[in-house]
Amino acid sequence: MTKSELIARLAEHLAERNSQLVYKDAELAVKTILDAMAGSLATGQRIEIRGFGSFDLNYRPPRVGRNPKSGSSVSVPEKFVPHFKAGKELRERVDLALLAQEQV
Amino acid sequence: MTLTKAELADLLFDKVGLNKREAKDMVESFFEEIRQALESGDSVKLSGFGNFQLRDKPQRPGRNPKTGEEIPITARRVVTFHASQKLKGMVEQHHANN
Repeated sequence: MTKSELIARLAEHLAERNSQLVYKDAELAVKTILDAMAGSLATGQRIEIRGFGSFDLNYRPPRVGRNPKSGSSVSVPEKFVPHFKAGKELRERVDLALLAQEQV
Repeated sequence: MTLTKAELADLLFDKVGLNKREAKDMVESFFEEIRQALESGDSVKLSGFGNFQLRDKPQRPGRNPKTGEEIPITARRVVTFHASQKLKGMVEQHHANN
């Protein structure tokens, strides 16, 4: 599923519920949510979505790396990288789907 | 200092002009659609943010850390997230500036 497919599905939901909202609203909502999530992590703030999961930043200490082409060493500064941990509901639903599939 | 569904709904209310009910439903549906896609075995690619993928892990031997008893860890499917270059860049950039 891509971002545009996600928007289309949310727009379908709106239509099913006879909402006043239309495709454009779903599109702007998805953009706003993703921008807020990225902005939150970019400012060092974690994200916690009950039933879905949490996004944190993991610390990577500075290290000496190598340029694989030239073999010369380069110092890689310390940094933070985003990390996602699936929440209980997501974990269980995905895993149950696998079990159900195996029993077919 | 944590971003939650409540803050996301507030943003949709303030910035997108949805009413409180619509904003809450939209945030809930957003995450539910992603869960359903993953549940159905589909990966989710959100350009500019990152990809959610599925990994099937085979059964492996495990141990009860308390008793030391050997018990197999069953085969399972797990969700992994790979941040996009853009998101990684934003996170590094912020850190470099502080």
